[in-house]
Amino acid sequence: MNLEYGPPTRNAYGEALVELGRQHEEIVVLDGDLAKSTRTYMFQQEFPERFYNVGIQEANMVGLAAGLSASGLLPFVSSFACFLTNRAYDQMRVSVAYPRLNVKFVASHGGISGGEDGATQQSVEDLALMSSLPGMIVCVPADGYATRALMPQLLTAETSCYMRTGRPRVPVIYDSESESGIELGKANVIRPGDDLTIVACGLLVAEALVAAENLAEEGVEAEVIDSHTMKPLDEATIVQSARKTGRVVVAEEHQIWGGLGSAVARALSAREPVPMRFVAIDDTYAESGEARELLDAYGLTAPHIYNKARELLD
Amino acid sequence: MDLSELEVLTYDIRADVVDMINTAGSGHPGSSLSMVELTAVPFFRIMNLDPENSLWPKRDRFVLSKGHGVPTLYSVLARAGYFPLEELSTLRKFGSPLQGHPDFSRLPAVEASTGSLGQGLSIAAGIALAAEQLDENFHSFCLLGDGELDEGQVWEAVAFSAHHNLGNLTAVVDYNKFQLDGPVDEILGLEPLVEKWQSFGWQVKEIDGHDLKAVDSAYRWAQKDPDTPRAIVAHTVKGKGVSFMEHNNDFHGVAPDDEETKQALQELEQARKGVKK
Repeated sequence: MNLEYGPPTRNAYGEALVELGRQHEEIVVLDGDLAKSTRTYMFQQEFPERFYNVGIQEANMVGLAAGLSASGLLPFVSSFACFLTNRAYDQMRVSVAYPRLNVKFVASHGGISGGEDGATQQSVEDLALMSSLPGMIVCVPADGYATRALMPQLLTAETSCYMRTGRPRVPVIYDSESESGIELGKANVIRPGDDLTIVACGLLVAEALVAAENLAEEGVEAEVIDSHTMKPLDEATIVQSARKTGRVVVAEEHQIWGGLGSAVARALSAREPVPMRFVAIDDTYAESGEARELLDAYGLTAPHIYNKARELLD
Repeated sequence: MDLSELEVLTYDIRADVVDMINTAGSGHPGSSLSMVELTAVPFFRIMNLDPENSLWPKRDRFVLSKGHGVPTLYSVLARAGYFPLEELSTLRKFGSPLQGHPDFSRLPAVEASTGSLGQGLSIAAGIALAAEQLDENFHSFCLLGDGELDEGQVWEAVAFSAHHNLGNLTAVVDYNKFQLDGPVDEILGLEPLVEKWQSFGWQVKEIDGHDLKAVDSAYRWAQKDPDTPRAIVAHTVKGKGVSFMEHNNDFHGVAPDDEETKQALQELEQARKGVKK
């Protein structure tokens, strides 16, 4: 199966932010000296007066966003996922989530596919951290279309949100038509099947599709679900699929502890217990390397999903 | 409210604080008592506020970064008309908006949720930015403890606010010389504190934080520069107003018992009468 590659999700974020900025004067954007990388520079170019490059100070940046939000503005805050969620976690907790303020956190270079910079700039804990904050919506779009489709929905959600974007170019899953079917909080069944369910998010959605193709060659029809919204989890869609197939693999570019796999397992154990397998980073940090190389070395590519699926089938 | 009336009120606020913390059975009396004048003056003399409509968009804001001193803020808010005085006895009780540390979602008048030290000045700076964005001229005040200046985030906010010329931001340091485990100068000294703020580009006034006149004129001074954030370094006494709590760090985070409370309230009542004469 040959998926075409398209621009990184961070590009779609930057473009969508400019579009939203034109319609919503209340949007202000803060970045911690990574605007070129997170793509908020696009917003800066068009709306310099509504953009703050705060310098390399994530903690202060999140506090500023809290003050802006409490005063009626709508801040979008961007940095690398590793820095924003790890360095400013207490600020997101006490200054933003606890008082139930409305701040949109969009962080790039999620997962290990940031690649060559090595483990310090990669993010393998962000989904666990962010989904632990009460009231926080958490999503991981698979491609530019999904990113663009989610942006206005994040904007209108009356709670704080975290969206992870990525550095590399990504396989394109959706198109300008199917984009309209992407709803925050609703998982998309992007390939129907009766024998096995693969739930994935972000880059691993494409890997799941490839694994499903490989399984199909052996007569196994896998249903692939893009759970781009991890919190709130679309339990209904996942439960329905598990009830039909009786086997579920969850795949994500994240630590095995506390990510999408944990969320899906919790939902299914309560509502439709079925045998499950998990494709995720196994309690370790990654290293420098090309994105594809790392994804493969740390067990996150299609063959790994295929193998987990075979464990459930055999 | 004129300053002599306000002086009388400071004794009432101190009595509220002692009483509330005794009733709650826990809290931070020493840290609350040192900030009474620094909190009362802006609410009764300086800020544009509407207690009937605590989220009035044009109001001036007061962010209490040293969240553990919140009993004083609650007393001031109640006495300014934000909620009935009787509610003060619900401090730290289940279901009360008067949480152990301020929570914006339960009591919007506190402006921010704080309690994890070092976060308030960033929020206050964000409020100051918002005034710019909204083309409003409200002022953002932030009261910080001395101990919390240990936190790096405070200095991130100090640098940011000077760089962005936030003349509508004022930081007030309640410099009572103690933090939880002991004297500030033993645990992590802050001196030279005035020079630290100045070197970041702030203008600074150093005052006696219990001298109402000095506090009042410092708050007025702080609002006068449109382009430079200003800091008030206020020398204060931990436990101020209660003889056995003054300079005594044992009352940093321990509630007075009933006997101590009785004595404290008697002392405050005596002193209050002294003012009236």
